[in-house]
Amino acid sequence: MLNRRRFLMSTAAAAGAAGFAGLHLSPAFAEGAPQIQIFVPAAPGGGWDQTGRTMDQVLRSEKLISGSQITNVGGAGGTVGLPQFINQWNGKGNSLMVAGMVMVGAIIANKAANNLTQVTPIARLTGEFEALVVPAESPFKTAADFVAALKADPTKVPVAGGSAGGSDHILFGLIAKTVGVPATNLSYVPFAGGGEALSALLGNQVAAGISGFGEFSEQIKAGALRLLAISADKRQDGIDAPTLKEAGIDVELFNWRGVFAPPGVSDADKAAMITLIESMAKSDAWATECKNRNWTPILLTGDDYAKFVTEDTARIEAILKDLGLA
Amino acid sequence: METLGHLAHGFSVAFTPVNLLWCLLGTTLGTAIGVLPGLGPALTIALLLPITYQVAPEASFILFAGIYYGAMYGGSTTSILLNTPGESATIVTALEGNKMARSGRGGAALATSAIGSFVAGTIGTMGVAFLAPVVVKFALAFGPAEYFSLMVLAFITVSAVLGSSSVRGLTSLFAGFVIGMIGVDLQTGQPRFTFGMTELLDGVDVIIAAVGLFAVGETLYMASRRYAGKDEIVPLRGSLYMTSAEWGRSWKPWLRGAAIGFPIGAMPAGGAEIPTFLSYAIEKKLSKHKEEFGTVGAIEGVAGPEAANNASAAGVLVPMLTLGLPTSATAAIMLSAFQSYGINPGPLLLTTQGDLVWGLIASLFIANVILVILNLPLIGLWVRLLKIPAPQLYAGILVFATVGTYGISQSPVDLVILYLLGAAGFLMRRFDFPTAPVIIGMILGPLAETQFRRAMTISNGDWSVFYKHPLSLTLLTLAFIGLVGPHIWAYVEHRRRRGPEHVPGDA
Repeated sequence: MLNRRRFLMSTAAAAGAAGFAGLHLSPAFAEGAPQIQIFVPAAPGGGWDQTGRTMDQVLRSEKLISGSQITNVGGAGGTVGLPQFINQWNGKGNSLMVAGMVMVGAIIANKAANNLTQVTPIARLTGEFEALVVPAESPFKTAADFVAALKADPTKVPVAGGSAGGSDHILFGLIAKTVGVPATNLSYVPFAGGGEALSALLGNQVAAGISGFGEFSEQIKAGALRLLAISADKRQDGIDAPTLKEAGIDVELFNWRGVFAPPGVSDADKAAMITLIESMAKSDAWATECKNRNWTPILLTGDDYAKFVTEDTARIEAILKDLGLA
Repeated sequence: METLGHLAHGFSVAFTPVNLLWCLLGTTLGTAIGVLPGLGPALTIALLLPITYQVAPEASFILFAGIYYGAMYGGSTTSILLNTPGESATIVTALEGNKMARSGRGGAALATSAIGSFVAGTIGTMGVAFLAPVVVKFALAFGPAEYFSLMVLAFITVSAVLGSSSVRGLTSLFAGFVIGMIGVDLQTGQPRFTFGMTELLDGVDVIIAAVGLFAVGETLYMASRRYAGKDEIVPLRGSLYMTSAEWGRSWKPWLRGAAIGFPIGAMPAGGAEIPTFLSYAIEKKLSKHKEEFGTVGAIEGVAGPEAANNASAAGVLVPMLTLGLPTSATAAIMLSAFQSYGINPGPLLLTTQGDLVWGLIASLFIANVILVILNLPLIGLWVRLLKIPAPQLYAGILVFATVGTYGISQSPVDLVILYLLGAAGFLMRRFDFPTAPVIIGMILGPLAETQFRRAMTISNGDWSVFYKHPLSLTLLTLAFIGLVGPHIWAYVEHRRRRGPEHVPGDA
């Protein structure tokens, strides 16, 4: 369906501007390069969709594929699309689904019938580490101040972030658990989008905020927000803040995104797909895109990736139980 | 003035032939997708994001801005002609607009909406250029408590659309609340009223509900009356465009609509729907032709909401350009386009990317002019749709509604919901329940609930936030005046008229 729409739009566009129509329809042909299908279990525009479209762009510009077709089936954190990918795309060796930590959380919270053990892990591609921030006027100067207030009375420290059970909420739960505050006492204020949470912080409506670092980076630069800590594994260039671990909170979290092949693909297809993704991840074009979008490349492929998904699922399930969401 | 200099520079960026062409392309595309119920500007821009790899940033933002403004124009066309809102911000337009079209004044309704959109869009864009820093400060002062109080005010004012019987109107409103509750509760992550269906976890799309209740319900009703009455095709009455009386009745609603729409659009949780409700209620209160509301269609009820939704579209750009805050789906996707260019949208955007931002603002002015030029001549074409005999026209509406709904997320479940709501709309029409309050309940109910619970979470269960915050108190006071004011006024009038009998000796 999307293809038809893209086609229609390209045609409309062509009427106005020469050369535009070729954009979607005639990808540069490379000798012998395969055609792939990308399944995005989310509506156009979000993180998974951008991952899929950036992959398509980089793979084509690196002449690793001759073209790709992107299908979006959005809804409920990916749990609407997942069963479709499992049932209808079974055995299609040239296909990939974009997914990530958010889907792991949604599967658990929605008690979905299908899960990620039913698809074939290909590679973890990127991660976004999270940031703990406070408004510029806040009395909290360090992560320790924040933790002290949280320990004193968690109900007096409202924290804004993304939707309930999402990566921001999970990180807040993990922080509380590590410092010994019961997760059920937390005052977490979920917002639908990053923009709304951000405005609650800028308007001084909440005590602190947790979200992807990219959501806050410009406000931090402008001095409207103070960065207390980041959830990365190590200090980041150009970011003047400790990791949570350095700040004495033993938590590390990447909101990771990766790709999976459908169930029932041959070993040869799986190996070929891993090789393709590895070549893409090594390219300069991919590195540039990651830099522009605040994505940290954290490539992990095949069996290592499968093991990681299993471990992360267990960790997320435990914390969602603590938060009363699973 | 410094701003004027920037703006002049912006126009020099936007006025190159290539960029004008992008603007024309964007506005045309935007008008087209605005007409279709399933395709919104957010989706369209998301699908066009790959062009950011090919063209200069100025060109792609001019294209996107054209699509954004164009969709706001296009959405009203189907609302008025077919009672099938293309965008959620044009649902209110259908109320009076479609009534006008049925009584032969479709051309005037389309004209007042196009010109009103132009006037309000231009005022709103001027607001973006000159008032952005002031407005954004005001907008950020709105926290959950203030939003909740704003919702209370909106609830009081929407009594204007409840229809003649409050019991029936309230029944519809509460039905809307229930439909609005369907899906995952944002505050706790728990599913409500989903009956174990994954497809319902994200709730019922308000466009599907509006198309189902208005268009499908109406079609079924017409089909059921087919042999009961005559085939009603109302010829065009009067001039194709607006008469001078209609101009006189339109200009004030345009200005009021713009004044309501722009600041609310600039609020991070304001949206485009609430200002249209508020504008409609105010116009109904102030109109000298109250008898036309809900019967033959009052032009004020089209002019005001249409102006409000276009001004709010401009308002949305204020937090986006000054703070990098995306407050609507479209703004969020435009911001991700900034990132494809390695530009990080944020509070420093205006200083670091002045060319781009001012070029964008200038192109919004141009887009508005192009849109009004594009849309006015089309009116003559559009109104011919109304000359199609009823059976064919309604069959066409049904096909259009079905295809559009399927286009939203290619989900067959959406189609089932569409027809269930269509059947409900038919029954409501048959038994004289108004359908508009259902949609209002669907939009306002969950918003009010979310903001209320957020406010209570932040205050740790302390109710005083609603009256201790000055802004919130002001809004609640306004709501209270709106609720009891008319009664007191009626009482005072009553006393005054009877006054002389009770005041002996008065000359």
